[in-house]
Order: sequence, then C-alpha cells, then structure tokens
Amino acid sequence: MSARSHARVDRLFTASLTGFVLVYLLLIVAMIAADSTYTTPAALGAALASPEIRHAFFLSFATSTVTALLSVLFAIPIGYALSRHHFRGKALVDGVLDIPIVLPPMVIGLSLLILFQTAPGRAVERVVPFTYAVPGVILAQFAVACAFAVRTMRVTFDAIDPRCERVAWTLGCSRGRAFWYVVLPEAGRGVLSAGMLAWARALGEFGPVLVFAGTTRMRTEVLPSTIFLELSIGDLDAAVAVSLILVTAAVAVLVVARAFGLRGASL
Amino acid sequence: MMGPRIQARGLTLRAGDFRLAGIDFEIDAGEYVVLMGRTGSGKTCLLEALCGLLPLEGGSIAIDGRDVTDASPGERGIGYVPQDGALFHSMTVAENLGFALFVQGRAAAERTARAGELAALLGIESLLERRPQHLSGGERQRVALGRALAAEPRVLCLDEPLSAVDEEARDALCTLLADVRERTGVSVLHVTHSRVEAERLGDRVLQLESGSL
Repeated sequence: MSARSHARVDRLFTASLTGFVLVYLLLIVAMIAADSTYTTPAALGAALASPEIRHAFFLSFATSTVTALLSVLFAIPIGYALSRHHFRGKALVDGVLDIPIVLPPMVIGLSLLILFQTAPGRAVERVVPFTYAVPGVILAQFAVACAFAVRTMRVTFDAIDPRCERVAWTLGCSRGRAFWYVVLPEAGRGVLSAGMLAWARALGEFGPVLVFAGTTRMRTEVLPSTIFLELSIGDLDAAVAVSLILVTAAVAVLVVARAFGLRGASL
Repeated sequence: MMGPRIQARGLTLRAGDFRLAGIDFEIDAGEYVVLMGRTGSGKTCLLEALCGLLPLEGGSIAIDGRDVTDASPGERGIGYVPQDGALFHSMTVAENLGFALFVQGRAAAERTARAGELAALLGIESLLERRPQHLSGGERQRVALGRALAAEPRVLCLDEPLSAVDEEARDALCTLLADVRERTGVSVLHVTHSRVEAERLGDRVLQLESGSL
C-alpha cells in the first residue's frame, strides 16, 4: 500500500470513530434538549407544587441517600476481600455479586417479593415491614445499587499497591489498622465514586421498587414511579417535569464526580 | 561472645511456581549483605519470608538470638523497603516518616522530632510537607528508607532499592546507604541484580540459584 493510500485509510478510520462518537453524543443531547424544551418553567413549578410529587421527591432523595450509605458500607469490605484475598470459590462469589447488574430489574423486585413470602422473610416482616413500605423501597434500591458500588470498590482496591499494607504490617500495624490507616485513606476517591454511583442508581431505580414496594401515592412513590403514574393518567407535562428533576440530579452527580477527578470504574 | 544478628536455618517456602528449600544463612550485626539471583529466583520471596510477610513451610529465623519464626511482621525488628518504596500516598513525607511512631501511639511532637532527625540523616528536610506523588524516584527511596528506619530496626531488608532511579540518584543513594549503615549500625540485606551495587555496598554476596543459596 502506498503512503498516500495509507494516509487515506487512516483518515477514514479517524472519521468513522468521530462519526460514532457524534451520533451517540447527539442522541443523548437531543433527548435532554427535547425534555427541556417540551416543558416550561411554569409547568415545572406546578409539578413541584404538587404535594404528591414533593413527597416523591423527598422520599426519592432520602431513600437514595440511605441506600448509597448502606451500599458503601457493604461495598468497602466486600471489594477489599475480593481484591486482596484468594479463596476457593472466589470466581463463583464474584459471579454471584454481578447478578444484580445483569438481572432484569423487574426480576429483582419479584425475587424480593417472593423472598419475603417465605417463612424467614415473614419473620423479618413481623419486625420491620418491607413489602409495600418505605424500608422496601430502600431494600429494592440497595439490591441493585450495592452491586455497582462493590465493582467500583473492587477496582479501587485493585489499584492500591498491596505492598503499602505489607510495609505497614512491618511497622507494627495489625491487618485491620493497616486497612484503616493506609488503605482506606488511599481509597477515598473510590469511596466517593462508589457512593455517588450507588446514589444515582438508587435514584433512578424503578422496576424493583414498583414490584416490591409498590407505588402508593404519599407512601412509597418515588420519582421514577411518578413518571410512570403521570404518564398512565396522560399528564405528560408533569412526567416531563419530573424527568427533568432526575436529569438535573444525574448531571449534578457527573459534575461533582468530574470536579473530584473521579474517573474510576463507573464514573 | 555475641551471636549473629540474623540466623536463618533450613528455610523452606513455596510461592507461585517455585520453591525455596533448605536456605541457611547468617548476617552479623552491622554487616551489609547483598542477595543476588536471576529474575524469578525467589529473592523477593526470601526477603518477604524474613519480614514475616510470606509464610514458611519449614525452618526457623532468629534475630539477636530470639526466635521470630512465628512472630508477626511488626514484632521482628526488621525494616522493609520494597521496590519503588510503596509510600503511603495519602500522607505527607513527614507523616510517612512518623508512621511507625504513630502506630506505637507516640505523641505528635515526638513523631515530628523523629521525622526531622530522619530527614536530616537522609537529606530530605525540604520535602517534609510534600506528598509522595510529587517526589522523584530517588527522593521516594530516601523517604521509604527513612520510614523503615523510624522504628530503629535491627535489620533492614531492601528489595532492589536502586532499580527505579537514574544514574545520578543511584550513585547518591549508594553513598547514603553506606552512610546509614555506618551511622546506625543496622544490618542490611539488599536484593539487587547489579554487580556494581554488590561490589560497592556489600561486605558479602549471597547468590540464590535454583531455589537454594
């Protein structure tokens, strides 16, 4: 192949890469722009003034925050164990932890519903009611969001040189203290990244929440359920207004993540 | 008469695909011993086993006559400097240097004073407030050396400490290592591929080949 045709093929390759990037970028921007231009500030204000939507707004943000905290609490030790320890059946454990990521959301909700119909589930339910209740919203969000937090923490701990802990052991640290004083501070950005990702996933979770916790107005309705409910009664303005709230929250998460320089596994 | 500082008898360990068997050696107080061998011959594993970071299948290790075979890494009195330092990135240089004293629960003033002493010994006084990310290879190795010396170990285990630094820094670090040994009286086991380092620093060279010394 001559040098000139080489250059032509290279240009064609670069142009095709640019084309794919632009098409997908355009689709994302067009979707957000369509939402933004469809509604008016007045319609947005009216939607936010609705007591039902305000309740859903506060419930969504409160449950997502609790879910994010719980997810990080579980993801840190699970991610660390998977990153540092080798044990029989590790591949199986690793695979099982990915199930919530690949499972259809409705199936997760249905599985939770069935789990709480079993004898142990009913026993738990007698102490804390989950089905069609607010704790159920959190559990349904947690079941999915935690898996993403675990992946992020695993990648974070993989990137931290294990020799740092080993040096800390030689300086008198127990394994726990080495983790606390050396590993965890180095994983700070990963923890933040995992928390934000879990929060964003929880905020957008619809299927599992709908099936397991229901979507009762002023009780278990969260913002994604509001979009579903408003669409089902034909109020497109309210549905779009709520969608914009979720888009704003998602963009805010991305902006904060980029501001903190988080470019881990998922953000 | 005083016995050897380190006495290793019949060390046997398995790591990955290879096995070290029947390793015997002694290092005297203040002696500088260089451990050489091909890549993958198990030099790092032997060093880590000595530090208590890799379990032994057999054999015993004594330091100043005290059996430390089953002691935890922090109870052996061994300072460990891994390849490229493995500094704690969330801490400043001063905090890295004072970490051993922090673990021992010493007061902040004592830690600061010790970090200052070590910085003076290693020529890194101007770096105390910096983070490891902003240090050159040679500076990192100095900090790693200081962090290991902070707890006043009787033995220093250095794993290819000069491999990731340029020619000039290597020369300066060689001089520094000789000086540190001279001033602290610490015994050193230094892993390297370099004959030049071995000849310049070592009182004695141990060669690891086919799983034995």
